[in-house]
Amino acid sequence: MAITRGFTGRRRERDERLPPGQYDAKDEWPVLHVEATPRIDTATWTFGIDGLVDTPTTWTWDELHALPSARYAGDIHCVTTWSKFDMTFDGVSLDTLLEIAGPQDDAAYAMASSSTGYTTNLPIEDITDGKAWIVWDADGEPLPEIHGGPVRMLVPHLYFWKSTKWVSGLRLMSHDEQGFWERNGYHDRGDPWLEQRYQGD
Amino acid sequence: MTNPWQEATVLDVRHETPNAKTFRLRLPDPRTHLAGQYYVVRLTAPDGYRAQRSYSVASMPGGGEIDLTVELFPEGEVSGFLHEVVAPGDTLEVRGPIGGFFAWAGDTPILGVAGGSGVVPLMSMLRHARAIGHPERMRLIVSARRPVDLYYADEVVGPETTVVYTRQAPPGDPRPVGRLTAEDLTPLLAGPPRTVFVCGTPGFCDTATDLLIGLGVETEKIRVERFGPT
Repeated sequence: MAITRGFTGRRRERDERLPPGQYDAKDEWPVLHVEATPRIDTATWTFGIDGLVDTPTTWTWDELHALPSARYAGDIHCVTTWSKFDMTFDGVSLDTLLEIAGPQDDAAYAMASSSTGYTTNLPIEDITDGKAWIVWDADGEPLPEIHGGPVRMLVPHLYFWKSTKWVSGLRLMSHDEQGFWERNGYHDRGDPWLEQRYQGD
Repeated sequence: MTNPWQEATVLDVRHETPNAKTFRLRLPDPRTHLAGQYYVVRLTAPDGYRAQRSYSVASMPGGGEIDLTVELFPEGEVSGFLHEVVAPGDTLEVRGPIGGFFAWAGDTPILGVAGGSGVVPLMSMLRHARAIGHPERMRLIVSARRPVDLYYADEVVGPETTVVYTRQAPPGDPRPVGRLTAEDLTPLLAGPPRTVFVCGTPGFCDTATDLLIGLGVETEKIRVERFGPT
């Protein structure tokens, strides 16, 4: 381990909820997307699941809101080293949507895509069994545009670039393909507790 | 594209502005970067505690040395250490280059829109454009608070560059001080469409992208890098 001369670090009291290399952003919620923030009209926005499913399905804003609602309460972690504790997000569980679409047996990976063309890849185990949501409220308020509003994906046990802002679709695949950041050197899975920031971690 | 951590040697440290310093690093395993890409700097305490942050490369592509310009943030754990402690001869663990979206290979016409420290990756692009003999491929507009806050003041100015001041302008500047406006951007968008690279604080980036979209720039042509104390 290469010690940096003279460095001791300031944050000596580590909150056990912080994965390695992360810090508590407290009241800040930093914004780190690379596209222009899009303006999305909920009257025309849709979310679709296709690929290796029995019933490719597209939902409108109203149709998603008619489904059983689900909440995530907990922490989020961004690869740029901030974490936020005790957030709440409201929306619908991806399990509910996948149950309708019916993943086929050979569906092993998913590619989430955004209205901006942004993509990110996820193993199917990381978006099933209560691990992933499509959300429109954060801390009880409509999700702001800069944080992916009106609607984003939420996969909070992975680094937050996996939680696609302005999500518009999910494609199930038999093989892994890299999304936007993954092609640009970021890790394919992105588990903050294993500090999987970059390819090779 | 796996880039391993490597121990870079600090060759030189110099002030760009009262709260920004440029660190020139020699890389034992040089990697070719594209203008606009960044490196991660990782600090390790004797007890294993680590902190890491990302910093854009200011120097042009090529060679075994890179310049990273670091803005000092209040309470900044990494920027504070780099500013207050690091001196020539020290080693720093770095990893990169990273980022393929906010990057320019030098072969297309571009416009850079920078707020404050956001000029760092765009300076790499400007240096590259000049070095390859195609300065006309780049137009750059930089927003700075005061003349003393302008990064690379002796180098960034030139026929490619427009500087706007938000708080205090140099004597004789015909433009009234104030934030970036559509009028500032309009002449820079004349001619064939350019990819626009916007870099600065989140607030600056959102303002600039709104102005650009209002002037008819397609969102697909806009690439944004938001800087902040993270």
